[in-house]
Amino acid sequence: MKKFFSILLTIFVPLSFTNVSKASGHMEAEVIHWWTSGGEQAAISEFAKAWEEMGNTWIDTAITGGDNARGTTVNRIIGGNPPTAAQFNVSKQFVDLVEQGLLQSLEEVASAEGWRDFIYPPELIETCEFEGEFYCVPVNIHSWQWMWINNDVYKQVGLPVPQTFEEFLAGAPKIQEAGIIPLALGGQGWQESGMFDVVASSIMGFPLMQSIYRDKDLDAFRDGRFESVLNTYRELNQFTDEGSPGRLWNDTTAMVIEGKAAMQVMGDWARGEFAVAGQEAMVDYSCVIPGKEKYVALGGDVFVFPKNDDPKVKDAQLAMASMMVNPTVQAKFNNAKGSLPMRLDVDTSAADACMQMGLDLIQNPDAIMRESDDWNTPAFTAAWGDIISEFRNDPNYTVAQVMDDLEGVLTSGL
Amino acid sequence: MPFYRNIAAKIALLPMIVISLTVFVGCIIYSFVYSLTNSKLVPVMNYVGFDQYERLFKQRKWDVAVENIFIYGFVFTIGCLIIGFLLAVLIDQKIRGESLFRTIFLYPYAMSFVVTGLVWKWVLNPTFGLENSMHMWGMTWFELDWLVNRDLAIYAVCIAAVWQGAGFVMVLMLAGLRGIDEDIWKSLSIEGVAKWKSYIFVILPMLRPMVVTAIVLIAAGVVKVYDLILALTSGGPGYATTTPAMYVMENFFSRANLGQAFAASIIMFISVVCILAPWAFYEFYLRNKYANN
Repeated sequence: MKKFFSILLTIFVPLSFTNVSKASGHMEAEVIHWWTSGGEQAAISEFAKAWEEMGNTWIDTAITGGDNARGTTVNRIIGGNPPTAAQFNVSKQFVDLVEQGLLQSLEEVASAEGWRDFIYPPELIETCEFEGEFYCVPVNIHSWQWMWINNDVYKQVGLPVPQTFEEFLAGAPKIQEAGIIPLALGGQGWQESGMFDVVASSIMGFPLMQSIYRDKDLDAFRDGRFESVLNTYRELNQFTDEGSPGRLWNDTTAMVIEGKAAMQVMGDWARGEFAVAGQEAMVDYSCVIPGKEKYVALGGDVFVFPKNDDPKVKDAQLAMASMMVNPTVQAKFNNAKGSLPMRLDVDTSAADACMQMGLDLIQNPDAIMRESDDWNTPAFTAAWGDIISEFRNDPNYTVAQVMDDLEGVLTSGL
Repeated sequence: MPFYRNIAAKIALLPMIVISLTVFVGCIIYSFVYSLTNSKLVPVMNYVGFDQYERLFKQRKWDVAVENIFIYGFVFTIGCLIIGFLLAVLIDQKIRGESLFRTIFLYPYAMSFVVTGLVWKWVLNPTFGLENSMHMWGMTWFELDWLVNRDLAIYAVCIAAVWQGAGFVMVLMLAGLRGIDEDIWKSLSIEGVAKWKSYIFVILPMLRPMVVTAIVLIAAGVVKVYDLILALTSGGPGYATTTPAMYVMENFFSRANLGQAFAASIIMFISVVCILAPWAFYEFYLRNKYANN
């Protein structure tokens, strides 16, 4: 039944979107985004191509770095010169804009095309829906929950590829003895706290994480399991190298690719680096979702459409929103980006072994994990991340002290 | 003083006065008003009293930032003055190839702080910088882990900053030294005063205007230091090298926490005023008063 339904959708959705585009004639759209690396460029140009094939003009405003791009978007909205569309993450980054009434509601096209029926997983709808109306378009899913492992290193020391952090820790001293760095970690705040959340979810499971990060349940926070996560995290950090502070994520991935390091915890965008280096998934390198309970984290990107006085802009915005969820465009875009599509009826035959693993897992609703920034403001996640980063870098910062400081953030109402 | 004296000059200055009043004073008032709100991504008028300031002073990160700016300010200013003055004195010894050395020492100043930051980031990186080279040359005892050591990282920042700024101080001082009357040197040598003594006790006091200029220019750079640290350490390891300016920028952009950013910038502004006010009072009021008497 589900399959039948999705086939119906694949047939009708493209039809409806060609109708929209025909009705509105030539349209111009300026899009702010931060996709500037090779693979990312290829992905955004799939959107641009599809848009231009509809007979429209695409004005590309690529700004390096998510922070800068989002800052520009907000400044331009407040300054009265909003772009047609702008990129944000699947998170609460743009909630303020919705609450201030600065974004265009997409409800018209969303209910006409039945977005609520095909957007998968439904958690993505929650991200975009405010008071029953759609305000953003989810375009892809990126998950942090991966260990990237150099198979040769493990062959060399005669160990099996680890499937959990405990197994990794057991083998790490042997790798160190062989003169290889066991854990490659780039010492930047976002990498440190990203890895922390992967460790946390794989050790204490998503339900507990949810009651801490979402419900701010202090009893759950204090029941000892979170402390054991902190301890494991500290243990893992003994196996990094001294060049770690400030290292970029892709330089760190390169260490795993070259066999200087055994393992890196990083999101699925790391796969692109292995692909560029000509390595094959599961042969040269392994991608492992650590832990007994395996999750796909629901990170990714959305586009929002700032309100504009010009009615022609609104037409363009609705047409573009419709184009972005189109299954054909989704397939091309996500294959270029290396991310999972936001609907199940998309052709993913080009997926490699790692991506396939993610695709299989995401079909199971229990394996879908949300991230802290789905529930919390950027100020909260940043304050939390500061403490995690300081915990990693300062050996005198005790677990008990960290627990107190984290509790301070949980109760701060940020 | 009658109002219409120098009336043309006053009219010419009018646009500048209007701009400073509206842009600078206006923005300061705006920042202060919104620092009393809980604005997040966009400024909203949602009054919360001094909550943002209370939160600011509870932040471990802010304490680190304030401590860092004092360390940086002290080491950078003193370092630049001492090294700059020494270089100027050495070049003043009528050496051969003077212009070549002057160019070499001044060159770092022509670079942007971002370039300086990146260069020193590579030099001081323990895995592929100077330490690694020394190890490959067989000197395995050599250790240079300042950049990744959270207690020493801020001094690594100071080294890079002094490297860049010392040449500039040197040029200022050299200009001053060249302005010293030949007769003073002659009389000093007749009196048989040792060279180093004449530099420190006679010449240096004569260079007072140069020293003041250098300090003012350096101090202005201290408060706003941002790009150098961003390029060199990005505030790391952890947040060991963060500064107040970085704290403000972070809260403005990546953290979408405008209220907090405004509060921090107001505190920065107040501390600058506290430092500058006594000096300005002396320089523009007291000195004139005594000079007139």
